[in-house]
Amino acid sequence: MIEIKDLVVKYRRKNEETLVLDNININIGAGDIYTFIGPSGCGKSTLLHVLSGILKDYTGTVKMDGHVIDPKLQRIGLILQNYGLLPWKNVYQNALLGVKIKNDQQVLDDYGRYILQQMGIDSFLDRYPKELSGGQQQRVAIARAFILKPDLLLMDEPFSALDAISREELQDLFLRIWKDNNVTTAFVTHSVDEALYLGSKIVVFSSAPGRILQVVDNSCFRMDNLRFRDEYYEMCMNLRKLLDKDDQCAVR
Amino acid sequence: MINVPSDKKWQGALYSLVLVILLWQALSWLLKLPIIPSPFAVIINIIYIFSAKMQIHLLYSLGRIMGGIALSILLGVPLGFLMGYFHKADKLLSPLIYFTYPVPKIALLPIIMLLFGLGEASKLIMIILIVIFQIIITSRDAVRGIPEEIFRSLRSLGASRVQIFREVIIPASMADVLTAARLALGTAVSILFFTETFGTQYGMGYFIMDAWMRVNYLDMYAGIVILSLMGFCLFTVIDVLERHISSWR
Repeated sequence: MIEIKDLVVKYRRKNEETLVLDNININIGAGDIYTFIGPSGCGKSTLLHVLSGILKDYTGTVKMDGHVIDPKLQRIGLILQNYGLLPWKNVYQNALLGVKIKNDQQVLDDYGRYILQQMGIDSFLDRYPKELSGGQQQRVAIARAFILKPDLLLMDEPFSALDAISREELQDLFLRIWKDNNVTTAFVTHSVDEALYLGSKIVVFSSAPGRILQVVDNSCFRMDNLRFRDEYYEMCMNLRKLLDKDDQCAVR
Repeated sequence: MINVPSDKKWQGALYSLVLVILLWQALSWLLKLPIIPSPFAVIINIIYIFSAKMQIHLLYSLGRIMGGIALSILLGVPLGFLMGYFHKADKLLSPLIYFTYPVPKIALLPIIMLLFGLGEASKLIMIILIVIFQIIITSRDAVRGIPEEIFRSLRSLGASRVQIFREVIIPASMADVLTAARLALGTAVSILFFTETFGTQYGMGYFIMDAWMRVNYLDMYAGIVILSLMGFCLFTVIDVLERHISSWR
């Protein structure tokens, strides 16, 4: 369970202070997956930086299971848009990295090998990232995060650099693995479709400075063949209207 | 990088060797001066004198070069890494480096010799003083060039500084350090020659200058050829290491 209370983040640059996140209050239930959507520059990624323990300069409280976030104590899986793989490590070594750092583990156990197989990357373990396509690299990054058995999974627009076909393929693959593991997940996206497809709840952000406009219960989540259903299109429309309304307010 | 098959590379080396010998031979035929003997006479001379007269000088020179470069790497790379990783260290040390880098160190040779004697120490210090700057700056820039996301994903895993150095900084900059070592090698050989003309009776620099003084041109050229061959071998070793270490690039 993630509790975020009165979170305010400001960036200081020279004498100027920019408000990035304004008074964020939200709880993410254990084993839930929340998608965060909003216009670019609204501070979604900043929220992930706070949750991953990289950004410590904030006011308010951010706790996981009652403890302040600290990547040295908790297990946090981070998946970035540009994969964050180490180019000098091959697929196997990259997948191992999380548990190597956390547990000083030198080889993958059965669970690790099972995840590699699930992600369909077990046939090219000795290749380096530059020899892989974007989709394959992201599979490695996802495998690395799941092999870590994280308490919290953070995803920062992980699929937005991929082409449409590999994106939908990876969304399905991710959802399947996620359902097997039920990791508490915060997923940042700028795609309405993705927010609906992957989120049990959808957190809609305003444009900068980021505030939570609404938390939408996703009634479509866990439905089969989602993209062929009317409910899905209805939700899509509602979300778009919400984002659009904020956009117009910002212009005025 | 284009991967040339290794036998093609050897072919290239062979062709350039043949070309050098042809040009040399042509020059010696044209000028007909004792100061430019035929390359074949020099090669035959090498065969005669190598084990008796040259070996010891080659070993001394090789030892000084490798010692100088190894010490420069051992001192320079950690310093460069610290400057690349910690901004405070960089702020403090960069002006010092930039200030001392352009000082013509060769001019310091008499002072170094006064302070450290005529022996091995002053020769090593001379090589280190000249070569270490390239190594410090290259390794600092290599660390700076590592993308921020890579550090971010390691920090989110809770990696300690030691782990970040081991998993990221060292492997990411190894290839650049080797490039710096290659540049340093060329510089080191030429400094070595200079330092070996003073206060020693061993080393290729001494051997070549001594042959020159004795107007023994065959020996002098033999020394130059062996010195070049030594450089060629050292460069090849670094190339092989680099190919092995940076196969991920």
